[in-house]
Amino acid sequence: MTRDRVKLVLNILALLLLFSILYFFDRYGSPYHVRILNNMGIFITLAVSYNLVNGYCGVLHLGPNAFIAIGAYTSSLLTMSPLEKQMNFIIEPLMWPLSVLQAPFSLSLICGGVAAALFAFLISFPVFRVRGDYLAIVTLGFGEVVRVLCNASQSVTNGPLGLKGLTPHTNLWWSWGIAVLTLILVVRLVNSSYGRAMKAIRDNEPAAMAMGVNPFRHLLMAFLISAFFCGVGGGLLAHLITTISPTLFTFFLTFNLLIIVVVGGLGSTTGAVLGAILFAWGGEALRVVESPMNLGFMTLPGIPGMRMVLFSVILMLVIIFMRRGIMGHREFSWDWILDKLQRKEAELKKP
Amino acid sequence: MTSTIFFQQLINAISLGSLYGLVAIGYTMVYGILRLINFAHGDLLMFAAYVAIYMGALTVFPWYLSFPAAILATGILGILLDRAAYRPLRDAPRISLLISAIGASFLMQNLALVIIGGVPKAFPRPEVFDRVITLFDVRIQVLAIYTPIITIILLLGLLFIVYRTKVGKAMRAASKDFETTRLMGINVNAVIAMTFFLGSTLAAAGGLMWAMRFPQVNPFMGVFPGLKAFIAAVVGGIGNIVGAVIGGFILGLGEILIVAFVPQLAQYRDAFAFVILILVLLFRPTGIMGEPITDKS
Repeated sequence: MTRDRVKLVLNILALLLLFSILYFFDRYGSPYHVRILNNMGIFITLAVSYNLVNGYCGVLHLGPNAFIAIGAYTSSLLTMSPLEKQMNFIIEPLMWPLSVLQAPFSLSLICGGVAAALFAFLISFPVFRVRGDYLAIVTLGFGEVVRVLCNASQSVTNGPLGLKGLTPHTNLWWSWGIAVLTLILVVRLVNSSYGRAMKAIRDNEPAAMAMGVNPFRHLLMAFLISAFFCGVGGGLLAHLITTISPTLFTFFLTFNLLIIVVVGGLGSTTGAVLGAILFAWGGEALRVVESPMNLGFMTLPGIPGMRMVLFSVILMLVIIFMRRGIMGHREFSWDWILDKLQRKEAELKKP
Repeated sequence: MTSTIFFQQLINAISLGSLYGLVAIGYTMVYGILRLINFAHGDLLMFAAYVAIYMGALTVFPWYLSFPAAILATGILGILLDRAAYRPLRDAPRISLLISAIGASFLMQNLALVIIGGVPKAFPRPEVFDRVITLFDVRIQVLAIYTPIITIILLLGLLFIVYRTKVGKAMRAASKDFETTRLMGINVNAVIAMTFFLGSTLAAAGGLMWAMRFPQVNPFMGVFPGLKAFIAAVVGGIGNIVGAVIGGFILGLGEILIVAFVPQLAQYRDAFAFVILILVLLFRPTGIMGEPITDKS
């Protein structure tokens, strides 16, 4: 068998393994475990797409919460039935076209992604005029503006009341299916000429320009794709927690994603996946520090909020002492494993 | 709108603007030297306010002792912040520095949340600032008059330090070029620490006045003043101290007067500053008084 054939088989086997694990949890797992797994899937989608802009293009963009909010609101407004909408919007009725439209879940997710990408396109012109910390603060500004708009436009988003009682469409198949889809797409993009151009812009923008790479076009492309998947992830998130309000989409959400990609390694998709899994699992595991602890001779009271302190400390420690995170720019690949195996075989054959 | 209400709103706006300006100075000074948006700067406001509250509650200090103590403590915290979060990253890419700043900001907020709790605390307003005077038929809280005056005094003091003393000269040199400054026998790290100290004390003064103006102190009180002050610094031209104060006035005036004239926009108030920021970056990225931004390697 050729290398490519082997890798294809391995990929299919890995996917089969993943989905049999999911099937197992779907059948026999407790709701708690299923919830954590769902969170993992969604965070993988968000982190991998966020990493596309932050890690591969090297621009620090702090507004994914805006895209997630737009995706979440769009898709939930589409899946709610007109009657549910009437019950939700008690202060001001929902404005016309939205009040009668209804779409199946899959279509609503795509619409959420498209809406987020559309917004990303609109803001991309002011955003990519600047670089560095200015870009960070402008995207952060747009994130805040979206939150303020969500709070203020009563007739579209129901303001601070938010949307309640969404149908919990998101299950393991949706969240992980989309995560795998995002992964495949982002990996293919990163390994294409577009991806190499993005990395060139990250490493040295003037040099990339001299090589004929148009920074704006490539940054825009990464930004739009990232926004699309953030929007889809937002739709998934909304239908997982079934209640959304503007307070869900503060800078805090961006901060969580930032921790994930920095700990995983900026510029590594594998790192983003690892970071997302660690975050979703670690967030639950660290609940220990917030619950009362019995040391035998004395009982320590739990400290609510301690997890966020730990997360901030972890972020700072990683950025100061191991700036490259877990993976750095490295990626997981079958080639690496196969090479290792072949070398071992060759060594064994030697007498 | 009657002229009385307008006058009242104007004074209100000037005092808010001078608060923004005071905090913006810290951003602009740190940016001038390190090319870093000190995200944790806003949280120094919160720290100063809490220190003042606890000094007042736990000790018998009157306000004129507890306030300077809070300001001094915040200055020292600023130095510690630089030492712990920024100094290890002097040679790192700027993106790492920024992430570290975001982490420091979240750490301070959440530590305050864990230690003190999220319930807002009332800020005891000293009597001196609590009086209300009537000026041309307008009832004004004296605090609204003191705030711009204090800001101007502090600004003049700072300008004296930066332009008339040796430390100030070193600061200005360091903001141009680290290496050359080092070659001149100047301890750059000490100069940066001094910058953080000065910026933090000004932030603390701003935080105390902010807490007197909106006497509810909670762990997240510094976030919005911090962001808006940063925008004020950009509007005025980042790196320029006088520009920061002018930017603060523009932002404060705009924010209050727009809401005063068009009350329907009140709920969009927090978005206003960001709209200004985006416009400034689109049409005049160097701000009102800024020099062209040079990338310091």
